[in-house]
Amino acid sequence: MKLPLWFHRLGSPPTFYRFAGRLMPWLYVLAAGLTLWGLYGGLVLAPPDYQQSDAFRIIYVHVPAAWMSMAGYGLMAVCAFIALVWRMKLAETMVLTAAPIGAAFTLMTLVTGSIWGRPMWGTWWDWDPRLTSELVLFFLYLGVIALAQAFEDRRAGARAACFLALVGIVNVPIVHFAVKWWNSLHQGSTIRVFSESTIHSSMKWPLLVLAIAAYLYFIASWMARTRVALLEQHAGTDWVQALTQGDRHG
Amino acid sequence: MAEWFAMGGYGGYVWGAYLASFIVLAWDIVAPWRKRRELRRRRPARPSRRSEHTPT
Repeated sequence: MKLPLWFHRLGSPPTFYRFAGRLMPWLYVLAAGLTLWGLYGGLVLAPPDYQQSDAFRIIYVHVPAAWMSMAGYGLMAVCAFIALVWRMKLAETMVLTAAPIGAAFTLMTLVTGSIWGRPMWGTWWDWDPRLTSELVLFFLYLGVIALAQAFEDRRAGARAACFLALVGIVNVPIVHFAVKWWNSLHQGSTIRVFSESTIHSSMKWPLLVLAIAAYLYFIASWMARTRVALLEQHAGTDWVQALTQGDRHG
Repeated sequence: MAEWFAMGGYGGYVWGAYLASFIVLAWDIVAPWRKRRELRRRRPARPSRRSEHTPT
């Protein structure tokens, strides 16, 4: 009985603003710490790959970014579902604030993958199922951002964006299974949840540490963007006025 | 150290990938900060605005 009440309270802008403001610094610090630890493990401690030598080290930014680009879409789609079904305004805002962060991770995935592909495959880009579906993911994120701004009425734009975010979720399993369903230039996954991974543990642990760092960072950045969006939406209200007064005097 | 930077001859690719990611993340960190500053500039505190519009 307590959980729904807590959830309901968190949906109120001033409460969310304060809650996120308190949590955010910890998430940033934790994400930064884990990133340094994971990069040290990946760039210094892990041995060079027997086939790819040191070029494989691009994996430590490419794979966590790729996982986050898909997980971020999932989080955004859950918010879109909540926004459309229960008309929760905060969820609607959070769809729009998640999109640029997801787009950033997707761009990171595409760029680092392209840089990795050049020495290993001999090409920067190929219209391969995995690469193409990841590019579609990028355009879906951009589409959500663009659609929200395409309407005169802000709420109408947000609802259209939520709808696109929800429908676009079908692309996420396509990205994930692309290397299984089709013949792909892209290698298959080496980290497996349900069977033994085909990557040595000295190479694997930094990857997992960096994946956790990416999650924490995503949440922190999401809160930062949502806080700013709430300030903008509720500009004239007493609680925002009280905050800006506080900013000026202290 | 120099050997580590060379990354077995793939230094340009490896560091290029990390630099590109750093730039994207830096943008993501800075964007909400800049937006916040812009909001603060656009909307001065209520009392000062009220005094501006008070007929004298």
